[in-house]
Amino acid sequence: MSSRPYAAARRTLSIGEKLLEINWGLVVLITMVACVGFAMLYSVAGGRFQPWAAPQMERFVVGFIVLIAVALVDIRVWMSLAYPAYGVALLLLVATTVAGHVGLGAQRWIELGPLQLQPSELMKISLVLALARYLHGLSVEDVSKPLKLAIPLGMIAVPTVLVLMEPNLGTATILMADGCSLLFLAGLSWWWIAPAVTGVVAAVPIAWQFLLHDYQKRRVMTFLNPANDALGAGWNISQAEIAMGSGGFAGKGFGQGTQSQLNFLPEKETDFILTALGEEFGFVGCVALMLLFATVIFYGIRIAMASRSQFGRLLSMGLTLNFFFYIMINAAMVMGLIPVVGIPMPLISYGGTAMLTVMFGFGLLMSVHVHRQVEIPRSSGGII
Amino acid sequence: MPLFDRKDKSRYATFTRRTLMMGGGIATILAALGARLYQLQILEGEEFMTRADENRVNQRLLAPLRGRILDRFGVELATNRRNYRVDLIPEQALEGVDAALDTIGRIIVISPRERERILHDIAENKHFVPTTVAENLTWDEFARVNLHLPYLPGIQPEVGETRNYPFGDQLSHVLGYVAAVSPDDKTNDDDPLLDLPGFRIGKRGVEKAFDSQVRGTAGASRVEVNAYGRVIRELGRDPGVPGSDVYLTVDNEVQKFVAQRLGNESAACVVMDVATGDVIAMASTPGYDPNEFNVGITETQWKGLNEDDHHPLINKVLSGIYPPGSTFKPAVALSALDSGLLPADFSVNCTGSLQFGNYVFHCWKKGGHGHVDLHRGIAASCDVFFYEVAKRVGIDTIENGAHKLGLGYQTHIEIPGEKAGVIPGRAWKEATYHAAWQQGETLNTGIGQGYVLVTPVQLCMLAARVASGNQVVPRIVRVVGHNVEQRPQLKRLEFSDAALAAVQSGMNAVTNEPGGTAYAWRIPNPGFEMAGKTGTAQVRRISKEEHLAGVKKNDELPWNLRDHALFIAYAPADKPRYALSILLEHGAVASHPHVQMARDILLFAQQRDPVNMTAAYPINAADNGGARL
Repeated sequence: MSSRPYAAARRTLSIGEKLLEINWGLVVLITMVACVGFAMLYSVAGGRFQPWAAPQMERFVVGFIVLIAVALVDIRVWMSLAYPAYGVALLLLVATTVAGHVGLGAQRWIELGPLQLQPSELMKISLVLALARYLHGLSVEDVSKPLKLAIPLGMIAVPTVLVLMEPNLGTATILMADGCSLLFLAGLSWWWIAPAVTGVVAAVPIAWQFLLHDYQKRRVMTFLNPANDALGAGWNISQAEIAMGSGGFAGKGFGQGTQSQLNFLPEKETDFILTALGEEFGFVGCVALMLLFATVIFYGIRIAMASRSQFGRLLSMGLTLNFFFYIMINAAMVMGLIPVVGIPMPLISYGGTAMLTVMFGFGLLMSVHVHRQVEIPRSSGGII
Repeated sequence: MPLFDRKDKSRYATFTRRTLMMGGGIATILAALGARLYQLQILEGEEFMTRADENRVNQRLLAPLRGRILDRFGVELATNRRNYRVDLIPEQALEGVDAALDTIGRIIVISPRERERILHDIAENKHFVPTTVAENLTWDEFARVNLHLPYLPGIQPEVGETRNYPFGDQLSHVLGYVAAVSPDDKTNDDDPLLDLPGFRIGKRGVEKAFDSQVRGTAGASRVEVNAYGRVIRELGRDPGVPGSDVYLTVDNEVQKFVAQRLGNESAACVVMDVATGDVIAMASTPGYDPNEFNVGITETQWKGLNEDDHHPLINKVLSGIYPPGSTFKPAVALSALDSGLLPADFSVNCTGSLQFGNYVFHCWKKGGHGHVDLHRGIAASCDVFFYEVAKRVGIDTIENGAHKLGLGYQTHIEIPGEKAGVIPGRAWKEATYHAAWQQGETLNTGIGQGYVLVTPVQLCMLAARVASGNQVVPRIVRVVGHNVEQRPQLKRLEFSDAALAAVQSGMNAVTNEPGGTAYAWRIPNPGFEMAGKTGTAQVRRISKEEHLAGVKKNDELPWNLRDHALFIAYAPADKPRYALSILLEHGAVASHPHVQMARDILLFAQQRDPVNMTAAYPINAADNGGARL
C-alpha cells in the first residue's frame, strides 16, 4: 500500500510514558469491584479465605499483571493479532465439542496440560477483536452492502452456533449481542436492523421448538412459573429471590446472611454471588455495586469516544458492552427477571478463566486508552 | 489515495451517535435492574425476610415426661423408666452402614428383620439423621456398647424415657397401656405431639381416660437448620409441661392379693370402700402385660391374646355382662319389701318347683325347701320363694327397684369401655323385641335369669348400696395433678330402713348361719365376718328331659359348659366397710372356689385397713396435696 502508512499516526511512546498514560482511575474502580468479590467469597465460605477468596485474590493479581502488560502492547499489534486469535479460538471451540469433557452436563472445558480452558470465554474477546479489525476497514456505506455484511455475520454465526451446541445458551447470547452491537456501532443501516429485529422476534417460537434443549425449555418454564416446581428446578430461583429480598434496605450484615451461610443458595460462590451481597448488604449494597459497574462502563464509553481509530473505538465499545452484557444477564437472572443461563458476575464470581479473560479485556480497553492518539488508516491491517 | 477521508469523519459521527444511543440503553437497563432491586428488597423485603426465617428455623417438638399413675399410698403403678437405646448416624459410619451393623451385631442381638427395618429407615432419611438400631436394652447390653464405643464409629448410645408398668399384668385392666399413635387417634386430637416419632398415647384404662392430663404439654426446641436440614444451633428451648400424676383409689397390696388369688382363672373381682365408693382393687383375669404393648407387641402375641378362650383383652369387670343369677335376689327382695305389696311375714312352701300356666319353674334344690320366709329365702337362695315374690309384686316393682340400686345404668367409673347391662321391663321389651311382657318372664327375672344382665362392677355397687343404704358410686381416681377429685355427698337409697335391715339380715345368714348357701366358706375371725349372696349364671339351656332325669352337676360338665359362679359380699357384716363382687366364668362347682377367694380377699382387705393396723403405716400420701413422693 503506502510507503508511510504509520508515520503520520504513530507517536511512539516509551514504556514509562505508557505507564503514565494508563487510566489509573479505571484500574482503581476495577480493583474496588474485585474487592467486593473477595469480601463476598470470604463471607459465603463462612468467614474464611479458603476455599474461594484466597485463590480468587491470586488470580486477580495475575489478572492485574496481564491487564498492565496487555495495555502496554501497541494497539496495532493487537489489530494484527485479531484474525489469528479468532482462528485459534474457533479451533479450540471445535475441539471442545470433540474432545471437551462434560462438566455440569455441558461441554465447556478443554484440558490444555494443567490448564482448564473455556474456549467460549476466549471467543468473546477474539470475536470482538476480529470484528473490530474487519469493520475498521469498512466505511458506513460498506457496512450495509450485503457482500461485505455477510462476512461479519458469518464470523458471529459460526462461534455462536458452536457454543450453542456445547450447549451454553448464556455465552451464545453474549456472543450474538457483542457482534450485533458492533455492527450497529459501525453504522449498519436501519433498513437492515428493522427487519432483523422483526425476524428475531418472529423466530422465537421456532427456536423454542427446534433449537432449545429440554433443560433450557425447563428453565424457561420454571422461570415463568417457579412456584410450579418450588423444590425442583424452581428451587434456585426461589431461594435466590428469598436471599435478595430478605436483605431489605441495609442487609443482614457481613457474614450474617442466613440463606448463603446455611447453603440455601445454590452456586452461591459463582453465578449467584450477587444474592449473597443482596442478602448481607441489602438494597444499599446492591445499588452501590451497580453504581461502581455503571462508572466502569462510563469509563469504557469515554475511552471509546476518545480513541482516534475506528478499530480502537469498536474494540473498546465491544469490550465494554461485553462487560455490560455479563452484568445485565447475571443480575437479571439472579433477580428472577430472566431464566437461569449460567453467566457469572464479572470480577465477583469465583472462577479462574472468567477472571483472566475479563482482566485481559480490560487490558485491551486500557491499550486503546493508552494508544488513543494513534490513527490507523482504513486500509491498514495492523503493525506486523 | 489519502490515508483519511470524509468517510472516516462520517463514520466517526455515526459511531458517536450510536454509542450515545447505546449508553442511553445501558442506563435504562441498569435503572430497570435498580427498580427490580427496589421491588425485591424494599417493597417485598418483609415477606422475603419471613420466608428466609421459615427456611432456616425449625421447630423440634420435645416430648414431655408422662405423668405417673400411683396407688392410694403413692406406690408407682405406671412410671417412666430409662430407655437405653443405640442410634446409628450413617454418615459417621466410616466403613459403611453394613459394616457398622455387623460390628454392633456382635455386641447386641440384631435380628435379620430388625436389620431390614434399620436399613430401610436409613435409606429413607438424610445421612446425618440418627436411626434407632436397638432400644429397651438392658443395662448390661448398654454398658457393653459403651465399652466398645471407640471401635464403633457412627454408633451413638442414647438414654430416653419410656413407659414402665412395674407390676405387669396385675393391673392391666385398670391402667390399660400406652402404644404408638394410630391414624384414628389423630381424628379428634390435633396435639402436635402425636406426630412425634415414637410417641405413645394411652389406649385403654386410666392411661386412656386421663391421657390428656397425664400426657403433658409439648415442649419445643427452635433450631437453625441449613438447606440439608442439619441442625446448626439451638435458638431457644421450651421444656414443655410434664404430665400430671394420677393417684388411684386402689390399694396395690390388695390388688396384688386379688390378682394372685384369681390366678389364671377367667374371672373378675372388684373390692370397694362402702363409705366412699373408692375401688380398692379391680381385677379381670387373665390380664396382659402392658409393657409388651408399649415396646411393641408381635403378631403372634396379639393373636394369642385375641384367641385365648379366657379373653385376657376384655375387662370383664366393666365390659363383661352376665346374668346375675341369685345375686340379684337381694335387689328383688328390697324392691318387693319397699313397695308395700309384700307383707314382711310373707312365706311360701317350696316343693322344688312351681307350676305357672303351662310351664314348670324349678327350684335349684330338687326336693324343695319346705317352709320359706324372706330371711330363709335369701339364706338358702330358694328360687320358688322368689318366683312367688316376683309374681306378687310384678315386673314394674322389680325394674324400678333395680334401677334405684343403680343396675341397668353405667356406673360412670373413670375407666372407658363400661357396659350398662340390662334391667328388663315392659317398655324395654317393647322397644327391644316389639313384644308384650309375659308373666313367666317376671318369674325368671325374680331369680336374676332371663333378660337381666349386669357387670361385676354393678354387682359390687349393689353390695355396697345394700350394706350402707347409701347411693354409693364406684370411683377409681382420687387425685389428678394437685386436684383431689370431689366426691358428691352420698344420698340415702330410696328404700325403707326396715326393708334394708331385712335384706342385710338375710345376707348375713347366707354366710353366718347354718343352712346358708355359703356358710361353709364364712370368715370365722370375730369382727371380720362377711355377709353375702351367692349366685349362678346359667350358660347352657337345660331341657325338660334333663330336669326329669336329674340336672347334671357342673362338676361333670366340660369347663366351657359349666355355669358362671357369682358372689357378692360385704364385711364386716355388722359395720360394713368393704363390698366385693366376684365372678368366676364356668366356675360353678361344688367347692365354691369363688366364695373361698372372696372370703380370703375380704379378710385381707380388712386386715390391711389402717384402723386394724397396729404399727404406724404411711397413710394416704395423696392426701398431702398430691405432692410427688
